[in-house]
Amino acid sequence: MKEIAYRDALREALREEMRRDQTVFLLGEDIGRFWGGAFKVTNGLAEEFGDERVRDTPISESTIIGAAVGAAITGMRPVAEIMFGDLTALAMDQIANQAAKIRYMFGGQAKAPMVIRTPFGGGVNIASHHSQSLEAWFMHVPGLYVAVPSTPYDAKGLLKTAIRGDNPVFFCEHKLLYPLKGMIPEEEYTLPFGKADVKREGKDVTVFATMFMVHQALTAAERLSRENISVEVIDPRTLVPLDKAALLASVKKTGRIVIVSEDCKTAGVSAEIAAIVAEEAIDYLDAPIKRVAEPDTPIPFSPPLEKFVIPDENRIIKAVKEIV
Amino acid sequence: MTHDKEKLVEMYTKMLEIRFFEEKVYELYGQNLVPGTIHLYAGEEAVAVGVCSALSREDYIVSTHRGHGHCIAKGADLKKTMAEILGKKTGYCKGKGGSMHIADFNIGMLGATAVVGAGVPIASGAGLSIKLRGTDQVCACFFGDGASNQGTFHEGINLAATWALPVLFVCENNLYAMGTRQSQVMLIENVAERASAYGIPGVTVDGNDVLAVYEVAEEAVKRARVGKGPTLIECKTYRHKGHSRVDPATYRPKEEVAEWLKKDPIIRFREQLFKMHVLTEEEAKEIESKVTVAINAAVKFALESPYPEPEEALEDVYA
Ligand SMILES: Cc1ncc(C[n+]2csc(CCOP(=O)(O)OP(=O)(O)O)c2C)c(N)n1
Ligand SMILES: [Mg+2]
Repeated sequence: MKEIAYRDALREALREEMRRDQTVFLLGEDIGRFWGGAFKVTNGLAEEFGDERVRDTPISESTIIGAAVGAAITGMRPVAEIMFGDLTALAMDQIANQAAKIRYMFGGQAKAPMVIRTPFGGGVNIASHHSQSLEAWFMHVPGLYVAVPSTPYDAKGLLKTAIRGDNPVFFCEHKLLYPLKGMIPEEEYTLPFGKADVKREGKDVTVFATMFMVHQALTAAERLSRENISVEVIDPRTLVPLDKAALLASVKKTGRIVIVSEDCKTAGVSAEIAAIVAEEAIDYLDAPIKRVAEPDTPIPFSPPLEKFVIPDENRIIKAVKEIV
Repeated sequence: MTHDKEKLVEMYTKMLEIRFFEEKVYELYGQNLVPGTIHLYAGEEAVAVGVCSALSREDYIVSTHRGHGHCIAKGADLKKTMAEILGKKTGYCKGKGGSMHIADFNIGMLGATAVVGAGVPIASGAGLSIKLRGTDQVCACFFGDGASNQGTFHEGINLAATWALPVLFVCENNLYAMGTRQSQVMLIENVAERASAYGIPGVTVDGNDVLAVYEVAEEAVKRARVGKGPTLIECKTYRHKGHSRVDPATYRPKEEVAEWLKKDPIIRFREQLFKMHVLTEEEAKEIESKVTVAINAAVKFALESPYPEPEEALEDVYA
């Protein structure tokens, strides 16, 4: 095992897959030799693989994804970077109507093996256009897979699987996770989609969380353990496909669930998870389902405002205490 | 060219305000007093001041992530601008917007969008509204060289051209979009050439020469006010600092930076004003101290202002 930062783990996945498969290439704004990606994920890759395979693009998000679709359906495996998750809005047609539907609409003739990597999340005071968490937009589009890694280990394993797969993958990253360190094996590994990870075992209450919120949940769980409340933290790792079995098994064991998600509450990730639990495990619940999410506002700039809207360990603890 | 002394001095003062303001923002950022990130306008002052000097208070502007200079040039209050950048309750947007999102609807400053290129269609829409309401306003839209590769640039300008909307599309070509050199992402040298694709005038101007910018803008405003439609104005300029505060800008050759620093728009304009006998060394010094006092007052106001209450995050979502 070795210790590695989330951003470096992502870069290892890209590097290994580019070495393994000549059809894998990267495109995006400022990902090449002059900048190495706004969050430095692709740093050094242009030097190793050349500008042909690590392509700096114009500021044209719609065309970045459109070009990835075109390349993917004709034999390449593009990995596109959109500098900030908020900016995927500019490419929404290419993502939701083209990439996601091209196989189905053409009766299974085509496949679009492509990955769209982008960072979500707040916490760095860069306001409403650079801080959103929009995973739910993409969960709502059949034909896309949605990955949400919370650790370096998950990030590397899932990204390799995403690149090797034959479907378009919307690969969510998180700004605050890039510097986070964790252990990964020295040897090569991949992680399957649709397989949740129990990040902490517990028996009193299930806390379902993704990405940065997993770490908030783990901190909350640790603090609650000192009050003899045993929290199970479950991280789905991919939202589509979703490991329902693991989610339901945990809920059936604890009889209580708090769903934590950084996105807006209305029609967000937490709404979908709550619906599944209500539909398929309501008889096992000993308390109402609780949700901890963003309170349906844009993300404000000023630190006290942003801190107020983004879920944190204190809000998780409060929610847990309301139902145990 | 304008020879009205008062106007020239006002333009010079505005440029100095922007420069000193940005120097203070840079300093405060270094002291961890500015949350988030900043994109400084230092070096590009002649563009905002040249264009806004051709506008009246009722005219509109649409701004970008590099927007402090646009605000000041349009006449925004220095105190409220600084307070917004520091995330204070007394800022223009009550702390909700920050450096990348300042707006002052009272002076026609329709706000800064941080989504590159997003302002272009919005400016066309403001132009449409002017036309429909039958006023003689115009709207000036600022954006970068990088933004001109965005679909919104092409769609927005084509619409304004086709409908003869009163808009000035002002491309601040500082040669780079983050670390990407213009030549990496477009084959033409002058963004203004793109105007011909939409059948409107396209002018490339020395963006570090405030009077040259002013003249071109004045001409474009005239056209716009009489219903002749938009103009694409490309101002060649250069940012003195990196893209954002953390960017050391090592991708720019040293010689290129040195060359552009020699073309500092403020020094050039001051020399010009001396030569034109509009300004004496003495008067220049006086303006400098006046501006310094104003900037310091803005900083003091911003630093002493309170942060918003957390619950205010829930306000303003809907009208
Ligand atoms: C649509 C969009 N894509 C990417 C970004 C990230 N970004 C912010 S500023 C910038 C460069 C903009 O370059 P340019 O338009 O030339 O303006 P400049 O910064 O040089 O003033 C980029 C890529 C963004 N904010 N919006
Ligand atoms: Mg630029």
